[in-house]
Amino acid sequence: MGNIPKLIAKRLGLGIFVLWVVSLIIFLGVSLLPGDVATEILGQSALPETVAAFRHELGLDLPLHIRYVHWLGGLLKGDLGHSLANGRAVSQLIGERLGNTLFLAGVAACFSVPVSLLLGLLTALYRGSVFDRFTNAVTLTWISFPEFFVAYILIMFFSVQAGWFPSLSTMREGDSFTHSLYLVTLPALTLTLVVTAHMMRMTRAAIISVLGSPFIEMAKLKGIGQRRVIVWHALPNALAPIINVVVIDLAYLIVGVVVVEVVFVYPGLGQLMIDAVQRRDITVVQACSLIFAATYVLLNMFADVLAIATNPRLMYPK
Amino acid sequence: MTKLDSVRGTKGDVVLDVKGLRIRAKSKAGWAEIVKGIDLTLRRGEILGLIGESGAGKSTIGLAALGYVKPGCRITDGTILFAGEDLSELSEAELRRLRGVRIAYVAQSAAAAFNPAHRLIDQYTEVAVVHGIRDAASARAEAVELYRKLHLPNPEAFGERFPHQVSGGQLQRAMVAMALACKPDIIVFDEPTTALDVTTQIEVLAAIKDVVRDFHTAAIYITHDLAVVAQLADRIMVLRHGDLVEEGNTRQILEQPSADYTRQLLGRDPPKSDTTTASQKILTVSSVDAAYGSIKVLHHVSLSVGEGTTVAVVGESGSGKSTLARVVTGLLPCSKGALMFDGRSIDSSLRRRSLDLRRRIQLVHQMPDTSLNPRHRVREVLGRPLTFYHGLMGRLRTARIIELLEQIELDLTFLDRFPEELSGGQKQRLCIARALAAKPDLIICDEVTSALDQSVAQGVLRLLMDLQKNLRVSYLFITHDLQTVRAIADEVVVMNQGRIVEQGPKDEFFAPPHHPYTQLLLTSVPQMDPDWLDSIRETRAALARAMSLA
Amino acid sequence: MSTPADHSPPLNIAPADRPHRQDPGRFRALLAGLRQAPLSAWFGLVIVAVYVVVALFASVIAPYGEGQVVGSQFDPWTAQYLLGTDNLGRDTLSRLIYGARNTVGIAFLTTSLAFLIGGGAGLVAAVVGGWVDQALARLIDILMAVPQLIFALLLLTIFGASVTSLVSIIAVLDATRVFRLARAAGMNIAVMDYVEVARLRGEGLIWILSREVLPNILPPLVAEFGLRFCFVFLLISSLSFLGIGLQPPTADWGSMVRDNAILITYGDVTPLLPAAAIALLTVGVNFLVDWFLHETSGLDDET
Repeated sequence: MGNIPKLIAKRLGLGIFVLWVVSLIIFLGVSLLPGDVATEILGQSALPETVAAFRHELGLDLPLHIRYVHWLGGLLKGDLGHSLANGRAVSQLIGERLGNTLFLAGVAACFSVPVSLLLGLLTALYRGSVFDRFTNAVTLTWISFPEFFVAYILIMFFSVQAGWFPSLSTMREGDSFTHSLYLVTLPALTLTLVVTAHMMRMTRAAIISVLGSPFIEMAKLKGIGQRRVIVWHALPNALAPIINVVVIDLAYLIVGVVVVEVVFVYPGLGQLMIDAVQRRDITVVQACSLIFAATYVLLNMFADVLAIATNPRLMYPK
Repeated sequence: MTKLDSVRGTKGDVVLDVKGLRIRAKSKAGWAEIVKGIDLTLRRGEILGLIGESGAGKSTIGLAALGYVKPGCRITDGTILFAGEDLSELSEAELRRLRGVRIAYVAQSAAAAFNPAHRLIDQYTEVAVVHGIRDAASARAEAVELYRKLHLPNPEAFGERFPHQVSGGQLQRAMVAMALACKPDIIVFDEPTTALDVTTQIEVLAAIKDVVRDFHTAAIYITHDLAVVAQLADRIMVLRHGDLVEEGNTRQILEQPSADYTRQLLGRDPPKSDTTTASQKILTVSSVDAAYGSIKVLHHVSLSVGEGTTVAVVGESGSGKSTLARVVTGLLPCSKGALMFDGRSIDSSLRRRSLDLRRRIQLVHQMPDTSLNPRHRVREVLGRPLTFYHGLMGRLRTARIIELLEQIELDLTFLDRFPEELSGGQKQRLCIARALAAKPDLIICDEVTSALDQSVAQGVLRLLMDLQKNLRVSYLFITHDLQTVRAIADEVVVMNQGRIVEQGPKDEFFAPPHHPYTQLLLTSVPQMDPDWLDSIRETRAALARAMSLA
Repeated sequence: MSTPADHSPPLNIAPADRPHRQDPGRFRALLAGLRQAPLSAWFGLVIVAVYVVVALFASVIAPYGEGQVVGSQFDPWTAQYLLGTDNLGRDTLSRLIYGARNTVGIAFLTTSLAFLIGGGAGLVAAVVGGWVDQALARLIDILMAVPQLIFALLLLTIFGASVTSLVSIIAVLDATRVFRLARAAGMNIAVMDYVEVARLRGEGLIWILSREVLPNILPPLVAEFGLRFCFVFLLISSLSFLGIGLQPPTADWGSMVRDNAILITYGDVTPLLPAAAIALLTVGVNFLVDWFLHETSGLDDET
């Protein structure tokens, strides 16, 4: 078992390195803007003094590497700069909304992960059956839908026609947990539907690809029943790909919220980012990108560590 | 001990009675019959050998004894009577009661057939526990006993390992143990030693022979190797294309086979070569070291190949013989030592070798399936080297392709075929022709016959010998099979763990005195003699001791 | 036709050594397979064909111009405006039809570009190996560490939303996925003995890529093209929906949904039509790919 900590440490190191490179890309991308950001944002008619003040505010009058060090230093202290649009501290803008986004993604994950794993397992168990074919056709159709389509269909039925849920999920501070849950039902359901189809299909595929292995035939020749074959023989060997799929979809949830938040006017990070992109509020876009990217990198890292920990070849070397 | 033991009858009762078994397999062309009306009876305590080449239907019959058919196959006719019930009529649930409990199976590749995610002991106890025959604790205790009986190292702790932590030969024995877990009436052994080296094969064979004898279990032993089955079987059925060729007790089949096909399998007529010696050396390898990364695989290897002669390099897996082939081709530059070709020193890296040198050294791979591009027709396979090395185009090129096809005894109709339309033997011939198209001086043959059935392999060997006679081409022949060495070699080089342990002319190699490792190799090859296994075990044990001391 | 074994001398080829006769003409086999294709595949094929025709002949089919204001805002469905008018009084049906040309055309262009870049680099990485492969693979790993939509948003902020920047940004981002697949598929082939034979012979990189490797990985690449197209198509639509993709007055399905979304709260389904158009094409392509994969891989999961 000696090399497991080493492998995990290596993977963590790689994750941190990737995060660093991502920060560099985001920083440089913004710094290398074609033309001058200041004039670009303030407009051609801006007074030279205004532009100079703005450049100073952005730190654009300093050399590139010093700016990066400042930016990164600020980042580590939680200081993400100020919004170009309204001058508020970015960390404050984000702070309010990050919680909302995580809440929405979390609710969706709580539903979608168990449901899709169970469905994947069941369709693999009864593959070729009417149930399997039906689920296959439905999920194939479902993953083909753009999120906003799914969202509007749900609004159409559950909000406009049935009137059960609000079509706008405007959260306010001080809302009770149950009320918040009620507000996010439709957006969470949208995300769940989109993600479940994918996760369930991949789980099914992972199990079925293992079912072709010789050791599965051997298990059958030992007189082992189908259920035990799937659960005891196939599942442990399909764990790595399944973990991977779950994490990919969790990461997708975090990103997928962007569109859903816009549809439901939900005060989350995605909405903030889209507003900022439209206003070309670069500091906010930078910060949002970094947070989304970091979540994604961390989730992937977590998946790899789990995959190492569930692989008997690595856990029990020769 | 258990109820099952009391159920067990006396030796001589029929335990399995198969009548008129027909099995069809689905192919692109429709349903093809792969087992064509086979009758088979198996008596208690008897070992029945099923022997045949690929496509004989032997594995299919073996699986049918468990009431199992591969996906895409189905039983169309016949009965499989076991304990008064027809297995072909039983439901899956009813079959599950029998499988693993009363009829067990040992697969060809234990490495693939053991679940990589679970410990060996848990896979052992699974059968007995799931079927409610024993509780986990007593099954565990029995497993340890069996491991001990099968001479597995450290039997108490052996089962705690995962499959990847155990060597191939041990894993195969662990699978035999697993098959015995419920003391079945019948065990089906499906080529259990085919994937093993000869020196390992012998241990597994001996283990199987002991336990089957001790447990009075009836067994069906499936193999393509008559010499292997001769060690175990009481009776042999020779199969071909799903038909029975002949059936009889082992001695009778070995000594007085009635069918030509059986005689061919017995290898009564292997190709033989006259040893030639050459004055000129075409290739000289001097004290070469080679490594994959930091792992050194060749140590001080020196040999030479004479013009128009064949040098056979013999060794087991991991001996470094294939690495040697890669060094000579330049695919793996050597870290030390030198290579000489046709009297001149040559670069050890392929990158720096001239086109003409590449032309003069050709390589034929072990697996014809992976060495032919499935999207190239025969015409392109042979045409490319002709254009590339000799600039042949158009009609001249076609003429030369046809000439090459004639040399490998194939005709014009093959020109526009894709590899998948050729048989294994034809593919390997095509690979040889592709090498010949370059007009080489040296062809490196890397296990070229080991993926082929014996009768097909003999044809390929004959072809290689004829070509050498006519074209004066030299061969560096890598093989693990001593039969092949006997057929084709002028000189023999024996390798073990990256070193040459013995080298010299063929006649000297096969005549004593031998190097201990050579002796071990020579004595490990099963002979067509039912008493061979028992007689050799004593001598071999002594040899192994000598080896470990050396 | 006689069996191949008949042509050979008796002892050399034992009858055990018979070939499996199959028709290797890939395209013909596919056509033959189409005849027995399931309903879903036919459904996909018809959808894709209809979209292609509509996209190609948009200007002939559409009753009005792309940006032509013909009525007042949000006119209901009438004989004159079959699907009513939009928020600026433009004919919805005409804009749907032009949208086919714009949205589908741009997604197709982007996917093709992504395949050119990612596929090419992936194959080279697989065949050349060594540090070239390592450098490319690490670079792609890092590019893929940022979610695509987020990366696209960031880059679009920096470069501004225009068709050129949209196509090139998404093509580059999507090329990373294509690279991964092409590299993995290429590696499976690059380790084959026949590639080694070509190397030993002294063949150049171009020959090995185009003659030895590419023909053998074409089916998975074609299938991947379908899937990537769906993904790019959805991504571009989402960006347009978010107001950062194709810019007005270009008719585009994503922005059409956004511009008219207000109608949904009044129970009018018209804004859902462009979304449905997106979904329908994606479903069609997915069904087609599903069938194609099943045909070419020869995998029957009915085991």
